[in-house]
Amino acid sequence: MALLEVLDLQVRFDTADGLVQAVRGVSFAVESGHTLGIVGESGSGKSVSTQAAFGFARGAHVSGRALFEGRDLLAMSDRELRAVRGARVGMIFQDPLTSLHPMYRVGWQIVEAIRAHDRSVTKRAARSRAIELMARVGIPQPERRVDDYPHQFSGGMRQRVMIAMAMALTPSLLIADEPTTALDPTVQAQILELLRELKEDFGTAIIMITHDLGVIAEIADDVVVLYAGKIMEEAAVRDLFYHYHHPYTEGLMASLPSTGVRRGELVPIDGQPPSPIDPLPGCPFAPRCRYATAECTIEAPQLLEIPGEPRHRSACVLPRERAARQALRETRFAPATRDMVLDR
Amino acid sequence: MLTFLARRLALGILVMWLVTVIVFIIFYIGPGSADVARALAGRDAPPSTVALIARRLLLDRPWYVQYGHFIWELLHGNLGFDYYHDEPVTTIVAQGIPITLSLIVGAAPIWLLIGVLTGMYSARHPRSFLDRSFTTFALAFYSTPTFVLGVLLILLLYYQLTIHGIALFPGSGFTPLTQNPFEWFRGLVLPWLTLALVAAATYTRLTRSSMLDVLGEDYVRTARAKGLSERRVVWRHALRAALTPILTQFGIDVGTLVGGTVITEQVFGLPGLGWTAVHSIEQQDLPVIIGIVIVASAAVVVANIVVDALYAFVDPRVRLH
Repeated sequence: MALLEVLDLQVRFDTADGLVQAVRGVSFAVESGHTLGIVGESGSGKSVSTQAAFGFARGAHVSGRALFEGRDLLAMSDRELRAVRGARVGMIFQDPLTSLHPMYRVGWQIVEAIRAHDRSVTKRAARSRAIELMARVGIPQPERRVDDYPHQFSGGMRQRVMIAMAMALTPSLLIADEPTTALDPTVQAQILELLRELKEDFGTAIIMITHDLGVIAEIADDVVVLYAGKIMEEAAVRDLFYHYHHPYTEGLMASLPSTGVRRGELVPIDGQPPSPIDPLPGCPFAPRCRYATAECTIEAPQLLEIPGEPRHRSACVLPRERAARQALRETRFAPATRDMVLDR
Repeated sequence: MLTFLARRLALGILVMWLVTVIVFIIFYIGPGSADVARALAGRDAPPSTVALIARRLLLDRPWYVQYGHFIWELLHGNLGFDYYHDEPVTTIVAQGIPITLSLIVGAAPIWLLIGVLTGMYSARHPRSFLDRSFTTFALAFYSTPTFVLGVLLILLLYYQLTIHGIALFPGSGFTPLTQNPFEWFRGLVLPWLTLALVAAATYTRLTRSSMLDVLGEDYVRTARAKGLSERRVVWRHALRAALTPILTQFGIDVGTLVGGTVITEQVFGLPGLGWTAVHSIEQQDLPVIIGIVIVASAAVVVANIVVDALYAFVDPRVRLH
């Protein structure tokens, strides 16, 4: 049984402009000890889907099921959900400066996380545990720094504090929501390395939410590609990078530095994501898709398995066979790329 | 911390000096200043008496001698004598201070409590029925003039109660705390309510907006992600951060009120600083006016320094240099 299994998750928000459909029927699973990457651009629903599952999307209409360790999170009371948060699920976020309380010492904040779920732990014991954790996540001189305030740490060190806090009770799942986006590239690499180590040591599963395919390549076992609140493609990380099926994934790959269609050329995806209010029928990516035909705008394609590649599923009507797909690309995509290059 | 205090103190002294200059200018060119000696001497006094009084008060000397004398005496804690009874101004001011302080000391916790509690509720349940009710009440009290609210309270809680045989509160007057604490309290309940209800509105709105901002902060999400109870998230995490602007407002309000409870004192017949100020203005008793202005300004200056120093305790990011 999967550690976390999200089934047909729908998240909607009432806003002044209308009903925003942030997540539209998303299903995914995380096995214990595995890392699931969720990729998507801003507004794709990648953060909202996990936040809604753990009861963070305040004011949202959430439906579907989210089975965590066999129990449906969406059916839990606030009290039951609180017992899960922090203890069984740790969370780290994008901006480690604003994610730590600016007016409390970091040690105090870690101690609070430890004692939130077990009052019997003495403050003294929790404090030495906090120092231990800070040492474990690579903060130098933890005995001294435990009494420092967040603003006295660098960005990377703050994220390490966040990780220490999230891992304080050795949760079975760590949700990392763009944890490296606000950091320098060298620090990003260190943080990813730390997460990988912790995953090995504690057997913690990770959900890595990011817009950065580079991060996915570094750390994920499986990947879910989200677009406009729907899953476009999901696969094991190698399959996604080498045999991607969906044109949106293709676009993401082409816009990556160094793995672009032509080395040195970044090919952006033209156009804007659709409005989450009153989404059109059909494939949400169709208006920006090179391969789109009339039928794509009528009905959204099902998320179907690619024959011969287990766990690889794509929501696109393109041919399922690699050779046929490649031929189509040759005829349509290559000339288009050349035109774009010449245009500049 | 010490350098910070020294700098703020120096700045405060500068402000106080400016206050003395302005006060002196008003005294020097203000209405009635030209014939102070005549007024003091009385209508039928011979010119020699007037001249004598003028000489004794240094009124025949140039302005800088007068100002120098004024500052010199001020530094020695002497604010001069009132025009009518020859009483030292310091005595008159000292009589008013306990009354005004009693008013503030009682009213401040009430408005802070009402404002912060309603503001917190409103921020946690925005657009709810109670939120809208609090906002409406706050606006109503905020726009009610103090003299109307005070008189209304007297009418309802003193007059109506008393004629029905329930004499809970006296309608006016002041009993010193040292003389009878219970009577002191009884006599001040209505003035406290008057002051607090008007002031609380500001705090309701301030707390609401400050809390709403903070509740959207990432660290509040982190607190929830730790699995903390909602009560702890709100009181320990959110309120702590939302308190800074409230504290600023509170410090300034308390300082300002030392010279600013005029109407409440007037309505309830409490001879505090504001009441004394009004009466001295009516009688053009300049030394008393100047004394009260100086004491009230000093209160505002001190309150500001205290607020700034408190910042460092509330927010560790504030470095005091």
